[in-house]
Amino acid sequence: MHSGEEAGGIFVLFYVRFFAMTQVLSSPAEHARAADRRAWLIVTGAAIVWLVAYRSIQPLAHWLTYGVIGLQPGSHLGESVAFFLYDVPKILLLLSGMIFVISTVRSFFSPERTRALLAGKREGVGNLLAASLGVVTPFCSCSAVPLFIGFVEAGIPLGVTFSFLIAAPMVNEVALVMLFGLFGWQIAALYMAAGLAIAIASGMVIGRLQMERYVEDFVWQIRSGGGAVVVTDPTWSQRFALAWQSTREIVGRVWLYVIIGIAVGAGIHGYVPEQAMADIMGREAWWSVPAAVLLGVPLYANAAGVMPVIQALIAKGAALGTALAFMMAVVALSLPEMIILRRVLKPRLIITFIGITAVGIVAIGYLFNLMI
Amino acid sequence: MVSVKILGSGCANCKRLEAVVAKVIAERGIDAAIEKVTDYAHMMRWNILQTPGLVINDTLVSAGRIPSESEITAWLTQH
Repeated sequence: MHSGEEAGGIFVLFYVRFFAMTQVLSSPAEHARAADRRAWLIVTGAAIVWLVAYRSIQPLAHWLTYGVIGLQPGSHLGESVAFFLYDVPKILLLLSGMIFVISTVRSFFSPERTRALLAGKREGVGNLLAASLGVVTPFCSCSAVPLFIGFVEAGIPLGVTFSFLIAAPMVNEVALVMLFGLFGWQIAALYMAAGLAIAIASGMVIGRLQMERYVEDFVWQIRSGGGAVVVTDPTWSQRFALAWQSTREIVGRVWLYVIIGIAVGAGIHGYVPEQAMADIMGREAWWSVPAAVLLGVPLYANAAGVMPVIQALIAKGAALGTALAFMMAVVALSLPEMIILRRVLKPRLIITFIGITAVGIVAIGYLFNLMI
Repeated sequence: MVSVKILGSGCANCKRLEAVVAKVIAERGIDAAIEKVTDYAHMMRWNILQTPGLVINDTLVSAGRIPSESEITAWLTQH
C-alpha cells in the first residue's frame, strides 16, 4: 500500500513536470527535439529487448526440442527440429534488427543526393563511387527506369550508371543479413567486396563499349522541367519512423520464404548424408558454377528463402564459391528487373549487361572455390 | 478544382498512394480529379528519380514514398 502510494506520488510528480515541460516547449524546434529524445528512448528500449530475446533463442530451442517435444538428441528428426526452431527466430530477429539499423543509415542517403554526387565524375572514380553508393542508397527495382533516365540525363556516364544499377540489388540488405546470420561476418564481407568488384568492373566494361546508342531514343529526348522535390533532412524521430516502416515492409515480404527455406534446409541438415552434395556442387565439378548462375536468374522472388537451403547444401559438401555465385545471380540478374529495364534499354544492351555481369559472377565463383 | 497526378507505372506503392489520396479526397469532400501518369517520358517532366510521385496542380510534392494522410490533406487544401 505504502509503496503504491509512493509510486503514485512519483507518477503525479512526473506528470506535472512533463506538463510543465510541454508548456515551456512552445517552439517547433523544441518540440522536434523532445520527439527525438522520445524516439531514441524507444529505440534503446527495443534494442535491449532484442538482445535479451536473441540471447535466449538457443537454450529455448534446445529445451523445446529435447525437453518439451521429447526428441532424442542426435536423432535425425531431433537435429532437424532443433535446427529449425533455432534458425527461424534467429534469422527473423536478425533480419528485423539489422534491417532497422541499415534503413536508419540509409535515411542519410537518397537517389537525389547520389545523383548530385555522381554528376561530373569520370570513369573509374565514378564507377567506384557509384557501386559504393549503390549499397547505401535506398533503391527499389520498381524505380529503376526513372532512376536510369534521371542519371543519364544528369550527364552521368552510362557505365557509371550501370555500376550503380548492378551494385544496388546485388549487395542488398536482405542478402547481407542472411549471409551474416548463416555464415558469419567474414562471408558477408567477402560477398560485399565481390559484389562491389563485379559492379565496378562490369560498369567499366559497359562504359568502354560505348553503347549509348542502344539506350531507347526517347530517353535522350527527355528534357525534364527540373522540378525535383527539395530533399530536406529528416529529424531522428522521422528517420526511425521511416526505418520502422521499411523494416515491417521487408520482413513482411520475406518471412514466409525464410521459414520455408529453413524448413527445407532443416530437412537436408538431418537427412541428406554427409558429402552427398560434393559430387554435384563440390569444387571438383567445374561446370557447377555456370550451372548455378543459369539456375539463379529466374529465381528472383525467393532470394530470402534460397539462402538457408544453400547453407544446408554447403554443410553437405557444396562449394562456397558455387553457392555464392548462385546467390548473386538470384539477386543481381533478376528477370523482373530486366523486363522493367527493357523500357529504356534496347535488347543488345540488356544482353550485354546480363552477359558481362554473369561472366563476373562466374569468375568470382571460381575464384572463391580456388581460394577457400 | 485541384488536379492530382500519380506518377508511376503500376507498382504496388503507386496503387497504395492512389488509394490514400482517393481516401483523403472522399473524406474531406475535396473537389479534385486524379490522373495516373504511367508513361515514363511524360512523368520525367517532373524530374523524379523514384516512383511513386505525387503532383498537385502541376507541382511535384513527393517522390519515392507514401506521404501520410495529414500531409496529403495539407497539400490538397493549400492549393
